Amino acid sequence: MLPVLVALGLVFGYSFVEVVRYSFYAGSVGQLTYVGTSNYKELFADPQFTHSMFNNFKLLATVPIVTGASLALALIINTTFRGVRHYRAIVFLPYILPATAMGLSFSYLLQGNGVIDSLLHSLHLSFLIHDWLGSPSWVIFSIGGVIVWQQFGFGVVVFSAALLSVPGETVEAARIDGASWWVVQRRILIPQIRRIIEFFVILQAIIVLSSVFTYVYVLTGGGPAYSSSVMEFFIYQNGFENGSIGIASAAAVVLLLIASVFIAFYIWVRIRATKQAA
Amino acid sequence: MGPHSRDEAGRLMQHTRNILRQLLLIVISIISLYPVWFMLSTALKSSKYYTLDPTGFPYHVTLSNFSAVFHNWPILTWMRNSLIVTIVAVGVSTVISIMAAFAIVFGKGRGRESLFRSNIALMAIPPVALLIPMYTLMVTLGLINQLPSVMIFYTGLLVPFSVFFFVNFFREIPMELVEAAYMDGAPHRRILRKIIVPLSGASTITLVIVNAIFVWNELLVALVFLQSNTSRTLMAGLALYQGRYVTNEPLLMAAAFFSILPLVVLYIFGQRFFVRGLTAGIGK
Repeated sequence: MLPVLVALGLVFGYSFVEVVRYSFYAGSVGQLTYVGTSNYKELFADPQFTHSMFNNFKLLATVPIVTGASLALALIINTTFRGVRHYRAIVFLPYILPATAMGLSFSYLLQGNGVIDSLLHSLHLSFLIHDWLGSPSWVIFSIGGVIVWQQFGFGVVVFSAALLSVPGETVEAARIDGASWWVVQRRILIPQIRRIIEFFVILQAIIVLSSVFTYVYVLTGGGPAYSSSVMEFFIYQNGFENGSIGIASAAAVVLLLIASVFIAFYIWVRIRATKQAA
Repeated sequence: MGPHSRDEAGRLMQHTRNILRQLLLIVISIISLYPVWFMLSTALKSSKYYTLDPTGFPYHVTLSNFSAVFHNWPILTWMRNSLIVTIVAVGVSTVISIMAAFAIVFGKGRGRESLFRSNIALMAIPPVALLIPMYTLMVTLGLINQLPSVMIFYTGLLVPFSVFFFVNFFREIPMELVEAAYMDGAPHRRILRKIIVPLSGASTITLVIVNAIFVWNELLVALVFLQSNTSRTLMAGLALYQGRYVTNEPLLMAAAFFSILPLVVLYIFGQRFFVRGLTAGIGK
């Protein structure tokens, strides 16, 4: 027990205390001066920070997309047919691959006149052609697209496993009563795995709020200008490129507060689920 | 229309549905695999060939990009660093987590449940929020550009999920098994070693794989803590050299391919462990 408490105390406990403390100071380590709440004031007056925060919120749009699409596919392949296991394995693969390497690949696919643009051209869809990573208004959605690509298979596998555990008799009984495929899915299967869908949605929301740094760093470096920056990237840039530890810490505290809302919700869903199982 | 032809129509519709489903799955599979195929096919092209035909099949295969990466980049050092960091962080966090989970499930200490709950909260904490304090700590300890800096951080980050994972697994083990050993007066460590660990084989492999993927793929912490060329992990090195070689697509894709290759090979042989482990955070 002791080693775990030491590890958690050091990496989490110590860091929580220190990051909050730093957020009230300015200067560099060794020469910190107390500045009260001025870091927070500066933070919310900084358009780059608010823009970064809104980008995180825009990325939340990937959550319903990933959830809806992967749930739909999981329902469609919720039968035994030839090759189903192979398809599932293929779709899951992107989820385990490093975002750094795949981001590199996507940076070439998405660049202006890149592979995706020439594909659109050859499909006579030229009106869709964009400089996917170079246009300030498109770039965050392009990053969102890569996130969807990587998270989709995770959803498919999670929902497939959940559907397998739904007792077959319920579905059988409904079919005998003449319920159509669509009714069976909507009235029986989806309600049965609701708990899992809730978990998945919350986890995905936490991921796009707090674990998308790699995509931004590799695909755009936050650019053009700071149009694709997210909170993590802002913290990284201020803390380690500009040396503004106070500002970066204040941003980290804001991120922690936003994340803790989702974490509290997550724990609430979890406790409710265990209570109902018991 | 007799009943016979209605059967026929039903069968035809079923058949059409199956074909549509197969088509959909083929399209989705292509989308899933294409970025990987693009990486490999580009890595097999010369720079000139790539410029002429970026998406085409690599008819004139060259291995020069792979050998250039090996000869001109410190990629073997980076790979070795990634491997050492992964082994140490995953090894340490697994061992200490299995002990803690044992104490939470079978121990008698107070506050076990609240420890487990706070543990669940820590699973979802954004690592970036811990980065600045950990960085200044590593500076104080003189560990910047040293592998132990990331090993310590990763170990801490892995513990919450690992404890959670083992607690859930241990709760499935019949309590009587452990109670009986207690009665016989066996010490904790012996119960853990003789009863629990042998039962946990497959679960431990699952957890090790999940955690190893996390460490191998991690970029942010490695980027900040390891800034000298000889101390970088593979991901940090790759991200850094991206800026330097961005116009040499085949070379970068060859290096990127090296970084995904170990994962792809492991995945092909141990797919069920990947799936089971990575979906363990959902549910229960």
